[in-house]
Amino acid sequence: MATKKFMFVNRKAPYGTIYALESLEVVLISAAFDQEVSLAFIDDGVYQITKGQDTTGIGQKNFSKAYQALGDYDINKLYVEKESLEERGLTLDDLMELTWEDEDDDYAEKPSIHLVDRAAMSGLMADQEVVISF
Amino acid sequence: MKFTLMINEGPYQHQSSDTALQFARAVLEKGHEIYRVFFYHDGVNNGTRLSVPPQDDRQLQKEWSELSKAHDLDLVICIAAAQRRGLMNADEAKRQGLDADNIIEGFHISGLGQLIEGSIQSDRTIVFGD
Amino acid sequence: MAMLHIVNKSPFERNAFESCLNHASAGDAILMIEDAAVGAITKTAFAAKVEAALQDKSVYVLSGDLAARGLSEDRIISGVETVDYAGFVDLTVNNDTTQSWL
Repeated sequence: MATKKFMFVNRKAPYGTIYALESLEVVLISAAFDQEVSLAFIDDGVYQITKGQDTTGIGQKNFSKAYQALGDYDINKLYVEKESLEERGLTLDDLMELTWEDEDDDYAEKPSIHLVDRAAMSGLMADQEVVISF
Repeated sequence: MKFTLMINEGPYQHQSSDTALQFARAVLEKGHEIYRVFFYHDGVNNGTRLSVPPQDDRQLQKEWSELSKAHDLDLVICIAAAQRRGLMNADEAKRQGLDADNIIEGFHISGLGQLIEGSIQSDRTIVFGD
Repeated sequence: MAMLHIVNKSPFERNAFESCLNHASAGDAILMIEDAAVGAITKTAFAAKVEAALQDKSVYVLSGDLAARGLSEDRIISGVETVDYAGFVDLTVNNDTTQSWL
């Protein structure tokens, strides 16, 4: 099978709609296909990976832990847009610590989240062969 | 060219299904191939047999069904999204102990991997959503 | 590699259209469909952003969606081209990748 550059674009907050949850399900499945996968968190998408999510008050399942599994499936390119965080009064500190183990570097634990500015995000998008939005 | 289409919204609620249907027809008219149409999120509702839209309006579920049969298309309803929303084929209904099934002819239920596989095999992937 | 960006929501309802324009690269194409077609006409609060995009990108609107919303083609921003569904298909063929801003 060919290898393509896939980008999954997330621009919506979690829980208000199902897009965050069901997009994560697509991303996890994509791991089985050995493609070059990256995720973009832009605009309200940055809320999908905030730490300390507590859904007990709204009766929905808290699925934020599932993002931590991404590293185990070699999905370690999570691009978070700097301007999107700033516009929302957030910093990297507000996001979950998502990591992966680099087997080519003695299994050193490395961050999966890469903070990029809008111009860089634009460049990353231009490089993709398949872009899936939810 | 080979196309994979992804449809994220249900019929009538959003224009996505209409736009995708018109687009699909134009793709075929131009002599291109539709490798797969993948229905996700509420898009699975495009595959119900039990709809009775007003007579003087377009019949979206039936039109997708007819297009599928006329051109032997691969219309896939995602099983996970279908289970959440109550779209069942006969086998799945039996397996789940349910007393009815409701998929319209021309659609079939399959896994999320079909979306990825479709995008790998196609030249173009187009997403229709909200 | 040129990209086709499809926007389908009104720029007055959602920020998807604006976000699209902020991320599209020079040489890309932008297509307004469905409710986004309202962004194709002159004298709106969003027109300047569309005009700026026209500097280095090609911009299109699906004619059916404009007409459906009671907007005549003579009101379209100069430089924005109309396409039908066949033209929509051509745009997806002629650009290497398509991204929908939902």
